[in-house]
Amino acid sequence: MTTAFHIVVCGSLVPDPLQTLEPIQGPTGPALKNEMMLPSVLDPWAGHSLFEAANLAKQHPGSKVTLISLGPKAKLQQLMMIIAQKVPFELVCLDGSASGFMDSREVAVALAGAIEKIPGLDKTKLLVFGGCSSASRDAGTTMQMIAEQLGVNDVFLAADELKVQPGGSFRILERIEGGQYQVSTCAGAPAVIGWATGNLPEPPNNPQVGMTNMRTIMPALQKAQPAALKTDAIKFASVELPKQQRQTRIVKDTPVEEIAQEIVTWIKG
Amino acid sequence: MSTINAEKRALMSTLPGDDVRQIMWRFTDRYDLQMVVQSTRSVARGVVARMVADKQRDTHEWTPEKAAMLKSFDEAGITAAFMEPEQGGYISGPKNLVLAMIAFELCWVDAGAATASLANNLALEPIHEKGTPEQIQKYMGGCVPPKPGENRKIIRGSFALTEPLPYVGVDAGMLSGRIRVAEWKEGQEPILQVEKRGRFITNMGYANFVTASVDSDDPRIKSSCMIILEENDPGLYDRGAPTLKLVHQLSSTHDPIFNLKVPASRIIGGYTIKDGVIIPNFNNSEVIEAVFRRTRVTVGIMTTAKLLSAIEPVIRYQRTRFRGGSSVSAGTPRYDLGIQQKEDPCHRLVDVWATGEAGAALGFEGARLFDAFDVMEHEKDKLFTAQGIKGARAQMKAFMEPRKKALEYIELMAQPEAKRDAKRVTELEGDLLVQYLVKESLADVYCPAGKLWNTGYGATMMREAVSLMGGYGITEDCPGFLTQKWSDAQLEATYEGPECVQRLQMSRTMENDIFLAQFKNWIKDLRDLAKRKSEMGAEVLANAMDLWLWSLVFLQANKDANGKTLYGGQRQGVMFPMADALAWLLGARQLILDTLELEKKGPENPTLAEGLPGVLNFYSDLCGVQAARAAGEVGKVCAELVYGYQLAATALKPFAELRGKTDASLVGIRFSKDRAAEAVAQVMIPEALDYPL
Repeated sequence: MTTAFHIVVCGSLVPDPLQTLEPIQGPTGPALKNEMMLPSVLDPWAGHSLFEAANLAKQHPGSKVTLISLGPKAKLQQLMMIIAQKVPFELVCLDGSASGFMDSREVAVALAGAIEKIPGLDKTKLLVFGGCSSASRDAGTTMQMIAEQLGVNDVFLAADELKVQPGGSFRILERIEGGQYQVSTCAGAPAVIGWATGNLPEPPNNPQVGMTNMRTIMPALQKAQPAALKTDAIKFASVELPKQQRQTRIVKDTPVEEIAQEIVTWIKG
Repeated sequence: MSTINAEKRALMSTLPGDDVRQIMWRFTDRYDLQMVVQSTRSVARGVVARMVADKQRDTHEWTPEKAAMLKSFDEAGITAAFMEPEQGGYISGPKNLVLAMIAFELCWVDAGAATASLANNLALEPIHEKGTPEQIQKYMGGCVPPKPGENRKIIRGSFALTEPLPYVGVDAGMLSGRIRVAEWKEGQEPILQVEKRGRFITNMGYANFVTASVDSDDPRIKSSCMIILEENDPGLYDRGAPTLKLVHQLSSTHDPIFNLKVPASRIIGGYTIKDGVIIPNFNNSEVIEAVFRRTRVTVGIMTTAKLLSAIEPVIRYQRTRFRGGSSVSAGTPRYDLGIQQKEDPCHRLVDVWATGEAGAALGFEGARLFDAFDVMEHEKDKLFTAQGIKGARAQMKAFMEPRKKALEYIELMAQPEAKRDAKRVTELEGDLLVQYLVKESLADVYCPAGKLWNTGYGATMMREAVSLMGGYGITEDCPGFLTQKWSDAQLEATYEGPECVQRLQMSRTMENDIFLAQFKNWIKDLRDLAKRKSEMGAEVLANAMDLWLWSLVFLQANKDANGKTLYGGQRQGVMFPMADALAWLLGARQLILDTLELEKKGPENPTLAEGLPGVLNFYSDLCGVQAARAAGEVGKVCAELVYGYQLAATALKPFAELRGKTDASLVGIRFSKDRAAEAVAQVMIPEALDYPL
């Protein structure tokens, strides 16, 4: 007997990391300089979780993937032109700030609320995926709070692998310190899983998949509801770039080992 | 100091992104196109860039790595973008704009990769335009990558027109390739013997089929034609040696030799038999004309993409030029701005940028025109077939009345909307043949103009971009592959007819009274715009257009000091420079139109709200820069031609007045360049190039 899941992936956009990301004090709090004008990408950890979700759905016929994104809908629309080509999914869009300076609790409440409102949601089949971290500002707390809001007790963070076992339970590998994995077995859905990188490569673009996705994505963008986020929910005393900065150098044909050693040396200061 | 510059204006904060481009190039509502753009971009800046960095351009041979590039095209939907959904594609309708977008994205990194992609479409284009339904289904469908579970191999094609000797290129009337009846049994299909030698044939290293131009060498075959050759046809299908080209090495180019027996059903568009003679339904010239009419638009875009791709690497180079030196500390202007502290490098970069933007404006307008024109052309063909109108002369006769109406329509459109006879306008807008003529007159000028100016002048400006990187520019690891792009541009100027061919076509089509009537309307529109927005250079451009028009009429009506006709016949020394001058005007005008579109539609996009004033200011300044340069070129060309063929001072006061007026309207325009240069020195760029070195 196969197990069908409804996999809800929480993920939104972050500024393209190749851009200059300079914190500034905006009228409503900290922001990044020219943030709205910068090109965006799907938050990389959320991206991994989306690809894992699509892969899981493919292996379990009857499963469905829904992407819930909280971000400025015009920017999300641009983002969809890229990620809608990767894997099949449906979109639920919440129109609001995707800034890294939003309060993660507020974001979690908004996302959990949107999940609850998904028509026909069967919580016994629900898997909530997302990134265990974010490239915008790594509080790493949103997924746990979504779980709390939804009343889901099984939460796994920094997961790299999920294998569904016969009978519907699944085995999850979570990253722990020292390059080790914690191996857990979960009885089944519902569960919340914050993904690390997973094991899957980024799927190639496929405009045909994109064309199919866009039939539902465009209406979803059009009917996006404003997310009720309070900008004063959290106060930042100051915002600055990390003191320890790594200057990018471009050196051709450097062996991977050498790059790794250099990074380790840099981290150790 | 002028108040124009003293006034504090918003500066462009970031490089123009997809939001801006989608509005300017009019594909905001085309999600299919936006996805193809993203998909192609990831291939270009991933697979293709790595191939260039890995020195795949160093060999003429077709390597496994180059073959893998085709596979990535297939996976990303690039190969199937040309086909209709019923053939396995996923985009319906005309494909000129989508192919131009694909070419743009691939050429951003490497033009050879773009050529490999486009050459397959070029092979299919004769079939697409004139092929029989069976030919279309077989070859268009065959070139679509197999879907999962489908058991077939993809086929790829080559377009073989050019021959080694004697000269055969776009002069489609001269062909050495021959076709004869090899076997013709009673009641069976004739078998034809095809002999063809090709030169500089793209994709030939792996093509499974070839669409070849051949002439009749047999009284039983009435005319030339294009014919499809397959690699398994009996006889010789020799791919020949790789062409030792110095550029575009990611595409496969060979000099093949064919001597094959093929069924007559391979004649593109089919044939009829009359009195024991095979009459191809379309001769070679008819097919070629339909093909090149469209495909040249895309080639024009190729060089343009490279100019725009050069902006970011040049800015980065200029800014970081002095960093690392012991006397240059962080936070100083020398550290932050580098060479951009000086006026000249910023001004020159503005010239490169303006050329790229004007080229893109012109090229994409050409593509959009053909998308609209394709639909009308098919409708017109259907109508004429239904009415039994066949052949050039009969069509010309059928167009006599619509021509008058087209001119009437253009005259009506020159009037303010409130004063127009709305009923008549609606009537004429609903008249297919009238609208066909209006669109055709534009398409016939825009296509060669875009190909000519974008590649020709684009190559010159690509050299300027290289020079802005100093010695680094001429190294093979120059960021953005600028030297490779510069040398590649020379081949783009030659593809599908070198510059002289485009000038020849323009020298004919720009005389079309329907085109010229619209040209006059544009002058009026620009004058109206100048009252509202002086910084865009609309006034100087309008004056330069007036000057060009006056010169054209003068050259058409007058003779030189020896009594020889000035404009017409073999007087290419007169006609061709006038074509060059027109191309300058069209590019500058189209950039203004695209900027106006951004001004109109930009506020609808909330993500642009923050930076839109700065972006609009910058583009308006680029318009001013480009209008001034266009006016300078036109003034120079026209003065040489109008005065240069007279031996004594003749009564050319009107010309002198017009030229004087054009020059005088340059007043203040140079501040546009200063302002654009200031923006170039302030604009935020990414930390690193998004493709490998």
